[in-house]
Amino acid sequence: METSATQILDREFLELRARILELAASFDRLERAKGTVEGDQRWDLLQQGLEVLLGSQEERARAVQLLFSLSYDPDWREKYGLSRGVSNG
Amino acid sequence: MYYFDPHIHMVSRTTDDYATLARMGCVAVSEPAFWAGFDRGSVDSFRDYFHQLTDFERRRAAQFGIQHFTWLCINAKEAENVELSREVIAMIPEFLDEPGVLGIGEIGLNKNTRNEAQIFLEHLDLAIQFDQPILIHTPHLEDKYLGTRMILDMLTSDHRIDTDRVLVDHVEEHTVGDVLKDGFWAGMTLYPVTKCTPQRAADIIEVYGPERLLVNSAGDWGPSKPTAVPDFIFEMRQRGHAESVIRRVVYENPIEFFSQSSNFDYRAPDEEAVVTI
Ligand SMILES: [Zn+2]
Repeated sequence: METSATQILDREFLELRARILELAASFDRLERAKGTVEGDQRWDLLQQGLEVLLGSQEERARAVQLLFSLSYDPDWREKYGLSRGVSNG
Repeated sequence: MYYFDPHIHMVSRTTDDYATLARMGCVAVSEPAFWAGFDRGSVDSFRDYFHQLTDFERRRAAQFGIQHFTWLCINAKEAENVELSREVIAMIPEFLDEPGVLGIGEIGLNKNTRNEAQIFLEHLDLAIQFDQPILIHTPHLEDKYLGTRMILDMLTSDHRIDTDRVLVDHVEEHTVGDVLKDGFWAGMTLYPVTKCTPQRAADIIEVYGPERLLVNSAGDWGPSKPTAVPDFIFEMRQRGHAESVIRRVVYENPIEFFSQSSNFDYRAPDEEAVVTI
């Protein structure tokens, strides 16, 4: 059975609405509080996360995951002195 | 529907949890060795833990008709103590012939340090030397992507590794593709905040298909939900997926993967009937 986009929206609309509301309330809470999170790297990441949601790219969940991830360095083994094939260093 | 929880830390759970799991259709669990919440002080502490996993826990589960299997290792969080890690790795073979021991796990990385990678490689040597399947923990949150790539590098550059006998656990949207592409099995952990939700796990099944994918609760002493696999089953049903697809993920896939262990003596509940009417 193939589910249509409309059927998914029917099922998830209220939940999605509620989640957007939660985000809005959290941002209001941050704004009401003393001080600011401007310049905090986590705040920047959250802003970029929202941009991913509004963008047109595919695989948004993967993109959000990568946004919140440390980057991979293919030369890590050399840097750690754990060269290939040698496991008892 | 009968199901397996292929990754759950029952030593941290109550007997009531066993009763609940049994009522929800859980017929078997596999319990990887992990971190106790504090660093253990000696190799004897691990010896006692492995005894608990291979003896007491198996008997406690059996009281509820749940078959208990286990995996042995020293967790990545304790790998910074290289000397102790090596003592534990040298002691593990004492337990490899115990009933229910499926292999080496959950080995892996936590903060992706040099010592963690070193001890990971030494666990691989142990598994290969004793012809054991491997269950792998991938790191949390921002460390997951890097750690998973590092783990895949170490596995794929070792020609002795048989990808069919390795399960890479706690995959999410940004790591599942690489794990499956390299020919490994992949596990999705259903955690309230830090890993997958039942909904996102169902999404991943819809994108990648049910082959080589498992779901687990990784229930332990922290925030986790031991009945998360039934939540996944419910989500899949609500979306209209065939029972055969669901059963494949929660029952047949674990059996297929675990059957590669010589100590996997699972018997389906209906084979065990002792009363006929
Ligand atoms: Zn675990």
